[in-house]
Amino acid sequence: MSFIEKITRRRFIKRAILTIVSLELVYVFVKLLKKGGEQPQPTGLFDAGEVALFDKGKVYPFSSERFYLSRLKDGGFLALSTKCTHLGCAVQYKQKDDKFLCPCHASAFNRRGEVLAPPATRALDVLPITIANGRVWVNTNKPIKRSKHNRSQISYA
Amino acid sequence: MNNPATQKAITKFLLHLHPPRVNKQAIKYTRTFGLGGIAALLFILLFISGMLLRFVYVPSVKGAYDSIQYLQQEVFFGQLLRNMHYWCGMLLVIVSFLHLIRVFYSNSIYHERRKNWLYGLLLMFLVIMSNFTGYLLPWDQLAYWAVTIMTNMLSYIPLIGDALASLVRGGSEVNEGTLLRFYHFHTGLLPLLMVFVMSIHFWLVRKAKGVTVADSTKTEMVKTHPELLYKEIVVALGLLLAILLSSMLVNAPLLDKANPLESPNPSKAPWYFMGFQELLLHLHPGIGIFIVPLLVIALFVYIPYIKGLEVNVGVWFNSPKGKAITVYSIIYALFITLLIIPGTEYFLKFQAWWPEAPILLTTGLLPLLLYMVPGAAFIAIVKIKLKANALELIMSVVSILLTSYLVMTLVGSLLRGEGMHLFA
Ligand code: HEM
Ligand code: FES
Repeated sequence: MSFIEKITRRRFIKRAILTIVSLELVYVFVKLLKKGGEQPQPTGLFDAGEVALFDKGKVYPFSSERFYLSRLKDGGFLALSTKCTHLGCAVQYKQKDDKFLCPCHASAFNRRGEVLAPPATRALDVLPITIANGRVWVNTNKPIKRSKHNRSQISYA
Repeated sequence: MNNPATQKAITKFLLHLHPPRVNKQAIKYTRTFGLGGIAALLFILLFISGMLLRFVYVPSVKGAYDSIQYLQQEVFFGQLLRNMHYWCGMLLVIVSFLHLIRVFYSNSIYHERRKNWLYGLLLMFLVIMSNFTGYLLPWDQLAYWAVTIMTNMLSYIPLIGDALASLVRGGSEVNEGTLLRFYHFHTGLLPLLMVFVMSIHFWLVRKAKGVTVADSTKTEMVKTHPELLYKEIVVALGLLLAILLSSMLVNAPLLDKANPLESPNPSKAPWYFMGFQELLLHLHPGIGIFIVPLLVIALFVYIPYIKGLEVNVGVWFNSPKGKAITVYSIIYALFITLLIIPGTEYFLKFQAWWPEAPILLTTGLLPLLLYMVPGAAFIAIVKIKLKANALELIMSVVSILLTSYLVMTLVGSLLRGEGMHLFA
């Protein structure tokens, strides 16, 4: 191994110092980038309205809060994030086909957020729902990633 | 120029960049096509126009878009300034890419030029990053969604993806913090790095005794001033003219102000990433974003270090056979890529056929095999029928990869419309 023979003590120490200093700088820079992005978050509980307001089997847009409230046929609620799980464009609900379509690469999702058409591979994120005093509250700060839809993600009044 | 003092000043200054005499073959235009020099001049133009733009631009969500509009409508020659920066930036990506192709196919990346190939690849990366960080700054719909798409691509990298994407954006989505850090990368760190790397790049060209020549036995030398200098001046003036004309005729795009609630249909990445976006329509993102680029970059880095290549340094395509193989490879890649794109779009719906199978198989491995198997067969045929040597096979692989990427870029940017459907 010729390249190992080439390493003398002097050279080793020099390289080690250089490496440590560079790593240190990289570390400081990464920390800096992390810090810059932190922003104060509001509580994020959004009052979507009274339970009785939402018809079964319909999808309601809350586009300024970036979610759709989907009330399933059996009365369960799902708050689906509008953020496409493929590359993050905003999906739109198309009434006439009854599905969510992504304008960027044509992924499609059904009203439970399940993938109907690739390239997306995961179901739409869900936002935690709390139903209290007959009102639907949606936590818009905590989208939950899921790979598949399952019944436990549905909230009932 | 005929004043002897001026003459002396020019010659002296020139010696910082060029040796006093150069090989006659090296300054034939078709040796370098002036591409490296054009790239350097574009960098200088970008630096100057960028410095001026900084006086008007405001890097905040509130101010960015309005400051661009103000620049275009109120500032004297503001639109022209923006257009010039825009066109120089786009051209730099194209020219760097052509330069990369030039040094590769003229076999100018081996032996003492290996290191410079690596610095060149680094420069290519910096050029693309500069263009990409600049893309966000106008804060219009085009900018916002292109950067959203691109940064989300990072999150498909296994293990570190999500953390990396948040690190780049400074949050879970593109916001004010992203704009600010892109601004500082674009106007501070990246240009500074590029100046360093470019200096090393030029110095290494001189250290290798100039650019490669086709026939190293011919050593006739000519004076740099005026033989090379005049050619450089003609190219530089031509470039300036072209930039000015295109900036007068075609405006840099500016869509509506960024609206995080609504993606335009279709939303596209910047054109030089459209090949990627196209790839993603056909391939599982984990493979398309991570594995394929990693392998391609590794190949590019490794090429000049491969042992036992019989290289004719400086000879275009190495030999007439190499040239033929390159042409065949390009034709093959055109054919197969144009076949697979509509093929997987309309007919081969693996995922719909086997919805229960893992998606990594149906949208990942199967389409990849669809591309790799004919490719391997083609390479094998070239090797056996044409008795190609290792270097010619590498040229064949690189030609196939580059052609495929170009075809995907063109299809993605030109043929895809609403909903990213073909011919929509
Ligand atoms: C900002 C971008 C770049 C600038 C300003 C630049 C500039 C130059 C210049 C002025 C030369 C002298 C010969 C010529 O004009 O072709 C050169 C040579 C070279 N460049 Fe670049 N370059 C850039 C990017 C790249 C890239 C992306 C690569 C490839 C990865 C690369 C690889 C090389 C190599 C290997 C040589 C030596 C060629 C020879 O000796 O014949 N450069 N570069
Ligand atoms: S971002 Fe939705 S399909 Fe790509």
